[in-house]
Amino acid sequence: MDHLLSLIIFFPLFAGILGFIVDKNSIKAYGIAIATVEFLLSLALWFNYNPAGANFQFVEYFPLISTYGINYHIGIDGISLFLIVLSTFMTMISLIALNIEKDIKNLVVTILVLEMTMVGVFSALDVIVFYLFWELSLVPMLYIIGAWGGKLRVYASIKFFLYTFAGSLLMLLGILYLANYFHQVTGIWTFSITDWQLLVIPYGMQIWLFLAFFIGFAIKVPMFPFHTWLPYAHGQAPTIGSVILAAVLLKMGTYGFVRFSLPLFPDASVYFTPFIATLAIIMIVYTAMVAFAQKDMKQVIAYSSISHMGVIVLGTFALNAEGITGSVFFMLSHGVVSGALFMLVGVIYDRRHTKLMSEFGGLAHIMPKYATIFGIMMMASVGLPLTMGFVGEFLSLIGFYKVSPIMTAFAGTGIILGAIYMLNLFRESFFGKSKSEENSKLKDLNTKELMALIPLVLVVLWLGVYPKPVLTPIDNSVKKMLTLMKLKAQTPQARERLLVVKKVKEAK
Amino acid sequence: MLQTITVSLSSLHLSTLMPMIVVILGGLGILCIDLIKKDLSKSLYVMLSILVLVIDLGIVLGYNGPSRGMFGMILADGIATLGQIIILVASMLFIPLALTSKRFHEYSYPEFFALFLFMTAGFQFMVATDNLMLIFIGLETASLSLYTIIALHNLEKSFEAAIKYFTMGALAAGFFVFSSMILYGITGSVELHQIAKVVASGNYAMLPLLGAIAFMFAALGFKLSFIPFHTWVPDVYEGASSATAGYISIVPKIAGLIVAMRFFDIFIGAGVTWAYDVLYAIIIITMTFSNIMALVQESVKRMLAYSSISHAGFVMSAVLVNTTAAHNALFLYWIMFTFTNLGAFAMLWISRYKKSKFDAKYDHPYQKFAGMVAIRPIAATIMAIFMLSLAGVPPFALFWGKLYLLGAIINSGNTTLAFLMVINSAIAAYYYLKLIVFMFLREPDRKANVAYMKNASTALKTIVGFSAVVTILSIFTIEPFLEMISSYVVASGF
Repeated sequence: MDHLLSLIIFFPLFAGILGFIVDKNSIKAYGIAIATVEFLLSLALWFNYNPAGANFQFVEYFPLISTYGINYHIGIDGISLFLIVLSTFMTMISLIALNIEKDIKNLVVTILVLEMTMVGVFSALDVIVFYLFWELSLVPMLYIIGAWGGKLRVYASIKFFLYTFAGSLLMLLGILYLANYFHQVTGIWTFSITDWQLLVIPYGMQIWLFLAFFIGFAIKVPMFPFHTWLPYAHGQAPTIGSVILAAVLLKMGTYGFVRFSLPLFPDASVYFTPFIATLAIIMIVYTAMVAFAQKDMKQVIAYSSISHMGVIVLGTFALNAEGITGSVFFMLSHGVVSGALFMLVGVIYDRRHTKLMSEFGGLAHIMPKYATIFGIMMMASVGLPLTMGFVGEFLSLIGFYKVSPIMTAFAGTGIILGAIYMLNLFRESFFGKSKSEENSKLKDLNTKELMALIPLVLVVLWLGVYPKPVLTPIDNSVKKMLTLMKLKAQTPQARERLLVVKKVKEAK
Repeated sequence: MLQTITVSLSSLHLSTLMPMIVVILGGLGILCIDLIKKDLSKSLYVMLSILVLVIDLGIVLGYNGPSRGMFGMILADGIATLGQIIILVASMLFIPLALTSKRFHEYSYPEFFALFLFMTAGFQFMVATDNLMLIFIGLETASLSLYTIIALHNLEKSFEAAIKYFTMGALAAGFFVFSSMILYGITGSVELHQIAKVVASGNYAMLPLLGAIAFMFAALGFKLSFIPFHTWVPDVYEGASSATAGYISIVPKIAGLIVAMRFFDIFIGAGVTWAYDVLYAIIIITMTFSNIMALVQESVKRMLAYSSISHAGFVMSAVLVNTTAAHNALFLYWIMFTFTNLGAFAMLWISRYKKSKFDAKYDHPYQKFAGMVAIRPIAATIMAIFMLSLAGVPPFALFWGKLYLLGAIINSGNTTLAFLMVINSAIAAYYYLKLIVFMFLREPDRKANVAYMKNASTALKTIVGFSAVVTILSIFTIEPFLEMISSYVVASGF
């Protein structure tokens, strides 16, 4: 299995190109088949991954532009492994649940191309290759939102594209600056993250480079105040677009923090922690309040998405093993849970062509299966113990508690607000009296929808009860990264911060 | 008694002149064929032109004589060779665009092809010398041919475009001559390497030099379409056929860029700071203003006109920072730009109608491309790829040019400039995206019954396909291109 990772990256692309030949009536089955094969391949990746090893595995390398140090360099560690599995899993699930008829061929091909870029982003170890997939992922998403979306779809898709594009161009500037500095110091041109991680960057330069990377990632996350594109994108995107956007694309930003910002700029990460934590807390609390004020179910989930991404960012910048492991795990659980919620909203929207909470009510009687699954996902979203959502949220917050209990308390209010608006949504739509005659005619989930949703429920419960098989590999990789950061730390503050982390662990 | 001057023929190194002689003879040959037999097909002339250009390319590539000839007027250094390669290859790719399925006025004249070859010779002269007079002659030969080629398109707006271009060009030519005159007055030479010596020694009068550089700014500014000398660009693009417009956006500009490189290298190298500052300002204004103008265009062709202004400003930054890496990047960028823009304009050319259906003013309004994906999915996808490449989305061609150029600029310590360029790229993404939005996200106007491939022929499709393949797979071509470019650039000491 020498080229398994490359196979996983490029298989959907080739399958997508061949998909043009497949007949329109069969293209959905083709898409599901490809996505399933892809998912099985990524499972093979997981089973062949050595969880004890913290280094990059499945590394592949060949020079592309050797004079400038750009190489096709890919590999995975515990952090990226599960994000790849998440990408292939969610793509498969969303294709199963797909029920769009218009131009379905183009849609399936686009989804497959998008899958390639997602896997590519998470497995790239060369920054230029990373950037390549990162930028390329915008194009299929632009098309999905713009061609199959709602009324304001063109506006939403352009806003999505331009926001991210502008942010990532600034990141490109940072990348080139850092490569140039590496060249000045060592005389070697390289864009390999494994080389860059070993470089100690002067403190002043770190600050600027951190900011350049931060803008690129923060827009993608999306962090307050760059979050305004997301509600539009979600509001206008078709269900499959929302599912993939929420489940995977947003994770690219937080993954960027973990993969690039922290190990490359440890001092700057420590320096900016209060600032980013403040933004994250504003993001958690403010968007939770906004979510509570929404009337549209999809918007509630879109804003709750932003709120939860805030917890992920907070956990990441705890800069200790609990926080980062927790935030990576939270990325996975948020991917599954928010993906499922968007899918559930899509189900009701297909039946009633409205997403307004005020139109529903009493759905628990009319659609019991639907209500059950929605209930489980809502619990997971709120972070109830024994669901997947709890593990990540708890670890992220406990990680940051070690940094600042007060700030964590603020973040905690966001969680409470989260419970309020989710329960409110559930009460409005599922209990009480039906607010419209049409509701009584609604059909419960059909086999196709159950096939898509039940695996998600199983994952949510399984990883809620027994998260160890996922947590251990993540933890190993995170610890290795933290050791590296500690070695590189220059400023007294950073040394102290990263030392405190150690002490706490020893105390345990 | 007058002393006889003897010059041995071998000391002239006529071989340095061979590339231009071949094209000019080729052009004359085409005229002679027309004298002997009328009404020969355009396909014959296209093929003859390509063959002449191939022979020429062979001579340029195979040349290994001394770097100066003809009393030192011809300079055959690495930059000259590289410039000629780009000019010749681009010309070879553009001339088959004459093989349309519809009949066009200009291609029924063999003179068109003769003019085309003369024009190529003119551009070759421009890049293969550092003598201001010879640059001027090359510039004028090329420009006069180009004006005629534009007018031959035989539409009212083509005449307008040609006259406009001619008037502006004449003004620019005047500026060029003024500049040369003043430089001759200060330094006693019209040869750039002599001028460089005087400038480097610091032994010159400042005020006249200021005038000389200001005139040269204006002259090159017209040719390279820098703002505020850009006013002719959109109208000329609109009036010229798409094939010619694409050509104007690439070949004259690389010739102009090389002249600018040779010229400004002297002053920036010698530390004439205000020349540097003015150039800096012009670059920023050119990029920003043309981007903003491009945002509001209603016609794809006009948008591409402003976009090419913006790209010219973008690469001019390489001349500004004046390092070897930046010069490499300039050529890499322009090669990548050649393939992308060739493809984009060829696509417009393919979709050309005799009569405009949507807008009396424009041939290619955005509206025409609405919902193209539903009617011509492959053509729409290819066009979208060219647009993404122009916007600098990886992994398409122009991204690598941009990457390398930004890298070189950061490398030279001009982070602010790089930052401003990045901001501009972000703005530029919008108007390229606009065409994609029309093609992919809008509903087609079924009533209009647009046929996007009206003008298509095998030759045109081949050219588009070729540029699409290069644009998509460019990542594998960067390494060999860079090796070639840097060997030529380093060899000529830039």
